[in-house]
Amino acid sequence: MQRKPVVSLLFFFLIAFLPLSVLAQEDMHLKEIAPGVEGEQGVKEEIKEYIDHHLLDSHDFSLFSYTKDNGEHVYVGFPLPVILWDDGLKVFSSSKLHHGEAVAEAGGNYYKSYHNKIYRTNAEGDINLDDHHHPTNVKPLDFSITKNVFTILIVGLLMLWMFSSMAKSYKKGALPKGMGRFLEPIVLYIRDDIAIPNIGKKHYKRYMSFLLTIFFFIWIINLLGLTPLGVNVTNNIAVTFALALLTFLITNFTANKSYWGHIFWMPGVPKLMRIVLAPIELLGIFIKPFSLLIRLYANITAGHIVLMSIIGLMFIFKNWIGSSLSFGLAFALALLELLVAALQAYIFTMLSALYFGQAVEEHDDH
Amino acid sequence: MTIPNIVGAGLIVIGAGLGIGRIGGQAMEAIARQPEASGKIQTAMLIAAALIEGIGFAALFAA
Repeated sequence: MQRKPVVSLLFFFLIAFLPLSVLAQEDMHLKEIAPGVEGEQGVKEEIKEYIDHHLLDSHDFSLFSYTKDNGEHVYVGFPLPVILWDDGLKVFSSSKLHHGEAVAEAGGNYYKSYHNKIYRTNAEGDINLDDHHHPTNVKPLDFSITKNVFTILIVGLLMLWMFSSMAKSYKKGALPKGMGRFLEPIVLYIRDDIAIPNIGKKHYKRYMSFLLTIFFFIWIINLLGLTPLGVNVTNNIAVTFALALLTFLITNFTANKSYWGHIFWMPGVPKLMRIVLAPIELLGIFIKPFSLLIRLYANITAGHIVLMSIIGLMFIFKNWIGSSLSFGLAFALALLELLVAALQAYIFTMLSALYFGQAVEEHDDH
Repeated sequence: MTIPNIVGAGLIVIGAGLGIGRIGGQAMEAIARQPEASGKIQTAMLIAAALIEGIGFAALFAA
């Protein structure tokens, strides 16, 4: 039986990542949660805290952490640079912050991380909270290479390597070698099934580079989110906002006369309706990329929360029936998340292509 | 989470579920009628489902 190349590629990722991710994530949880067990309520709180922590960006890349018998927290991972703009550039390593447990001193100012956000404090590191438990300390502008930024850079380099090696292999012959064999069917799929039907034969080439980049970027970064690295980039709304902003800018800056005509002066409808339609259409320009950013963000966040909650159930049940049940559920859900990772990348690319297509469509028939 | 929030979230899920279920069902029917157009139908189905899902998520965040 001949299998489609895309399918076999998916199988490859499935086999390569799945056991690793499920098992290692559980291992990570065990180390994180098991030492602090104090009754059921304590475990629930700890699981909640762990999930919240996972959803946030952090200033260091920690793979897992555990508590020693003497109560000392041990973090396994590596620090990342903290770059602050606070009356001048302040650069120091995030190891100085000790995961929010210590005060870092840089250039005469003291900084402390509180819920993964850096605040300026006094030498003792006091965080003043207002009535709503929000810190009132000064928040310097934070340009740090955080975990998310670091992951984005790594994925960028990975993609550069993947695609330049693919491009190089085409110089030797029509058949790609190595990485290109995996990528060629996907690239062709995006061109033939996403770009050309939506944008049209005449204009699609202009948008191909963006569509390919955005597809592979979202896909790879979603898949990385399922590995034990614990990176979680696409559930940061700022990242999805930036991605949607690119689609928004490209759509509006490459749009032709007929696109704007359809927004401000819809042809083929009565004059009065045109006036009513114009503000709605204008709002639509912003709603389209907004729905893109919310969709990606919400899907990935929801997936991660559900997956981690189900894994967390193990520590609440604490018997073999409940644990094996939640293991099975987590396994099935991880499979679903693999599909979602690819599907969200596909949807984002597809809808971007659709919007580009609307921007360059020519209406000769009206 | 208060009770109105929970009820609202439930209503949203019911609505989005009905919508996506209908899309899926109709797409199945369409594929059964015209198996040669299954590729196009699937694409259209995914787009429509994604749009409903987007609205559902936006409402869930508001709830």
